[in-house]
Amino acid sequence: MSDTTKNTAPQTRKVTIKAFRFNAETDYLPYYKTYEMEVGQDELILDLLNRIKWEHDGSFSYRRSCRHGICGACGIKVNGKPVLSCKQNAQELVNLFGDELVFEPQSKKRAVKDMVIDKGDFWQKHAAVKPYVEAQVDPHPESETLMSPEQVENFLDADYCIQCGNCHYACPALEVNEDYLGPAAFAAAYRFSVDPRDEATIDRLETTAELGSGVWDCVKCFECAEACPKDVNPIEKITKLHNMQFEHHVAERNVATKHAEGFIRSIKKFGYLDEQDIVLYSEGLGVVKHLSEAFKMIKAGKVHPFDIAKKKMPRSKNLEEIQKLIEISKTNEL
Amino acid sequence: MSKLKYALYTGCTARESTPELLSSTLAVAEKLGIELVLLDEASCCGASHLQDFDEFLSLVLNARNICYAEKLGLPMVTICNTCQLNTVMTKERLDHDPEMRAKVNEKLAEVGLEYKGTSSVRHFLYALIDDYGLENISEKVVKPLSHFNIAPFYGCHNIRPSHIHYKHNAATLPPEGEYDIGEGGGEMLHHEEPLMSKYTGENPYAPTSLDRLIEALEGKAVQYESKNKCCGFHVDLQAPETSNALTGTALSDAIDNGADVVVTPCPLCQLNMDLKQESAGKQLGREIDVPVLHMPQMVALALGCTPEEIGLKYNVTKATGLY
Repeated sequence: MSDTTKNTAPQTRKVTIKAFRFNAETDYLPYYKTYEMEVGQDELILDLLNRIKWEHDGSFSYRRSCRHGICGACGIKVNGKPVLSCKQNAQELVNLFGDELVFEPQSKKRAVKDMVIDKGDFWQKHAAVKPYVEAQVDPHPESETLMSPEQVENFLDADYCIQCGNCHYACPALEVNEDYLGPAAFAAAYRFSVDPRDEATIDRLETTAELGSGVWDCVKCFECAEACPKDVNPIEKITKLHNMQFEHHVAERNVATKHAEGFIRSIKKFGYLDEQDIVLYSEGLGVVKHLSEAFKMIKAGKVHPFDIAKKKMPRSKNLEEIQKLIEISKTNEL
Repeated sequence: MSKLKYALYTGCTARESTPELLSSTLAVAEKLGIELVLLDEASCCGASHLQDFDEFLSLVLNARNICYAEKLGLPMVTICNTCQLNTVMTKERLDHDPEMRAKVNEKLAEVGLEYKGTSSVRHFLYALIDDYGLENISEKVVKPLSHFNIAPFYGCHNIRPSHIHYKHNAATLPPEGEYDIGEGGGEMLHHEEPLMSKYTGENPYAPTSLDRLIEALEGKAVQYESKNKCCGFHVDLQAPETSNALTGTALSDAIDNGADVVVTPCPLCQLNMDLKQESAGKQLGREIDVPVLHMPQMVALALGCTPEEIGLKYNVTKATGLY
């Protein structure tokens, strides 16, 4: 931070807060209530939540505990952006969104009272990946169990997760597929799977390899990376879990793994991805479910599967370089 | 303004199932006097799927693509959000991880190449807005889009993760010392990577670039909640129901807020949203019928290009009302 003396006069800004209100026990539908207040430049979203409760309506409910960004209780959404209330400066959000801030719980459909949600699904999915070190520990070891700095570095950022649920409830895949374990569970699965003391790596890789609930259902939207207040970058851990499935030979041949591996097949031949081949190769006989779309593409002249002259794949110039690089850089097999 | 010149990384889709993206991009460049040199040596970016299988190989291949822009001494532009993200993620990694850079360069040396990190990598959308300028584009409009309600669909890989896009898509970095905006928690939040929106107007939760472009072409930008959401393209094979639900919800949201047409800078979003309307509609139990244009198709139309020049016949959901 620059050491220039800042203007000491507090610059407040007039802010209109629209807060989501709902009591699952008494309300038929949720509603929004408006509060106006002068917001100081050092006030946090948590301060504003407190002021709603203390100055306007004592029945207003929200979770808070440690108030310094470590307990993970106070995650809410402000104008759609997941924030940790106790860490997020309010005026910064006014700079982003203007002087109307909308406070909503992380997941409106799970609202219990105002900002408080039922986080049961989060904890259930978190528990499903064994979020702990599983090891036979000698109670009387002759020496300490040492870990190299590199081994720690490997999982350190994933270890910063405070289970606030911001990424979990920002994930669109989870919104439409209730089996999906979600980014927080995957970050935890990664964290413990690369811990050198742990003995449940294969278990976790198998759990997270399941189609429907595992990492292959990630839509790659990066909402989790954007939502995390601790820079855990869950999607990066998801990519690592994908790679580990191949490294540990846990990956089975299915539509998702063939889709990933099939890219090399095309790139080797053309430099480009053969869009038709990747669908055929990944799906096998399942390709029939794409027929209606295939006909639409043929009709629009986008693809020409039956016309060899027209179905000419483009080829990258200097293709032999690409082929050589694949040969000498390839690390995984399916 | 001196003539703008870029190395164009087309990606696969523009050379295969969305030829209209390439032709409309070239048409826009010609109308605006922007010189685009096609990177014909480039390969597929891996589209995040090769990354799932073999992360290192994907770094090597993407680094090679950047090498060819560097050899030309030109900034690279992309016309696909997924190409953009995979390329800048590679660039980020190699620019900040000397060990990985050495490992990648060791492989590249085998084919006589070296990644140096000298070319910037940006999406064509931001080159148009920040380098060419919205006001200058406005001046070239011959067929204003004033009759149309246009729903901007941003596509994930151009707006998230924002700290990466902030660095690479933003034309101008903020002046030194402007990062500290009074964080209350006693931390220097965003000191290194300030929120993108503060300087470029691109907030991943309320992006504006496409909106501003639409307005520069005198169209009316539709406001709707799904404009920064995911279309589901990347799980279309393994989880078609997820993909249909996301595509269908986004398109329905655009339609219900009055969209005559949807426009997107990402050909993967375009392909998914254009092609899957029937199956998404079936799953959601409603009719979905709205043309989906590539961003350069929309710009080209306003600049006076013909439907033939921008390959409108290749759009599956016909955009007949637009010209």
